[in-house]
Amino acid sequence: MIEVSHLTKYYGDVAALEDLTFKLVPGEILGFLGPNGAGKSTAMKMLTGFLRPSSGEVRIWGSNMWQDSLAAQRHIGYLPEGAPAYEEMTPLGFLQFIADARGLTGVERANRLEQTITVMSLQEVLGQRIETLSKGFKRRVGLAQAILHDPDVLILDEPTDGLDPNQKHQVRKMIKGLSADKIVIVSTHNLEEVTAVCNRAMVLAKGRVVSDGTPESLMAMSPYHGAVTLKSSSASLAEIAEVVGSITGVKEAVPIAGGITIFPENIDNTLFTKVLEVSLAKGWKVDSLYVESGRLDDVFRSLTEGESQ
Amino acid sequence: MNFAVIMKRELHGYFATPIAYVFIAIFLMLSGVFTFYLGNFYERQQADLIPFFSFHPWLYLFLIPAISMRLWSEERKSGTLELLMTLPLSRLDIVVGKFLAAWVFAGIALALTFPIWITVNYLGDPDNGIIVASYLGSWMMAGGFLAIGSCMSAITKSQVIAFVLCGFVSLLFVMAGFPLVLDLVKGWLPLTLIDMVASLSFLTHFNAVSRGVFSLLDFLYFTSVIVVWLGATSIVLDLKKGG
Repeated sequence: MIEVSHLTKYYGDVAALEDLTFKLVPGEILGFLGPNGAGKSTAMKMLTGFLRPSSGEVRIWGSNMWQDSLAAQRHIGYLPEGAPAYEEMTPLGFLQFIADARGLTGVERANRLEQTITVMSLQEVLGQRIETLSKGFKRRVGLAQAILHDPDVLILDEPTDGLDPNQKHQVRKMIKGLSADKIVIVSTHNLEEVTAVCNRAMVLAKGRVVSDGTPESLMAMSPYHGAVTLKSSSASLAEIAEVVGSITGVKEAVPIAGGITIFPENIDNTLFTKVLEVSLAKGWKVDSLYVESGRLDDVFRSLTEGESQ
Repeated sequence: MNFAVIMKRELHGYFATPIAYVFIAIFLMLSGVFTFYLGNFYERQQADLIPFFSFHPWLYLFLIPAISMRLWSEERKSGTLELLMTLPLSRLDIVVGKFLAAWVFAGIALALTFPIWITVNYLGDPDNGIIVASYLGSWMMAGGFLAIGSCMSAITKSQVIAFVLCGFVSLLFVMAGFPLVLDLVKGWLPLTLIDMVASLSFLTHFNAVSRGVFSLLDFLYFTSVIVVWLGATSIVLDLKKGG
């Protein structure tokens, strides 16, 4: 369990992070979302004990990160921003060093090394210097050192940054695969990542938490949440707009390219049926008809830009 | 015993890169040049290694910062420091492990000067006890330089700045017993403190050693230099955590 209370970091007079408070239990995957400079990395550096907070405290399974840092750090696997590694080492040498530093010995050490190398698919590059590896492999080496000791808490600073879509998919699968009895914190400015892996999303802007909830609740903040989009090539948009605009409970019908987006007055899940019935009654050739779940980038922008002004 | 994990990785790091080979080659070459040309090894017609050892403080003055500058600066710059400091290792283990690796490495370079020992034994009949003591003293002095360099490297993420700072502070320590430094403090420090500054000189302590008078006092002196500067390294790292 992680308990973070009133975590605050000042650089001089500038607040990098203010009053961060949350609690996580095993099974939770928290996504820190926010623009660059929002305080995500600063928060993670304090959670892992690399930076000392100006005030507030971090407890990992009861161990205070500043009074009993070694006990707290033993629970944590950490991928710092940019996945730093000793470039002159080979992945095998590097992972063996981490295993020794983590105090793994004997059979357990051998097993963990083997499992981690398999999970991260590092077999083919084990003997190459890390400096010669591609970005994707470097990132996997970084992830491998973080999960090597099978930690209770995994803290990953932008784990998929700079990876291609296949590699991103792999990393997300890995995170989801291990999370049943673990606590995971990932930071990202990639919105799809939050919906893909997290069950809790915290939006940071200018060092403050501006939203904390499930990814779904974040989506629900979008004006598009619950709207219905209809695309048709047979009827004129003007006609469609007029007809759907007169359906009871419709607040607004906004034309878009090749169709129209209809916003309800209240989200009650009946709009889709109503629009469908009208379309069939009028005999329109419907190309597509779907309920919008919400647009995260809009939410993201309204939350973080409003804060920065 | 966690410092051994760090030490092993660091030592491996020296030999995985050209640093070790370049350093050792230059060190051996320069120590030879100094001994034979500037030290008049042959012309003196004496079977000892005084010309060899007497140049070590000057050799170390610019070669040791080349080893020590990367100790922390490089890790801070590449981000691996964040990795290292979030592993469940105490700061003391990390500081000591890194220092010991550098010190052992300097020891290897020093040990590789053994042909000159063979040479002097071939040419004459030197007091090998003095030579052993001098090697030990030289290694202790190298440790002193390295500990200063460790602290300077912890201050900055620029290796160039770390190099220059280490060279400068080391020079102050080498020259502490000489007018260059003493004139700076003469006007305003009481006499006892001036004596204290003078007694901090690497040269004074090492000259005694290289003449074969390796007393417990000199040993304690270099040991305390190492301990104090490693302590300072640890404090600097801690201050940096505060951001």
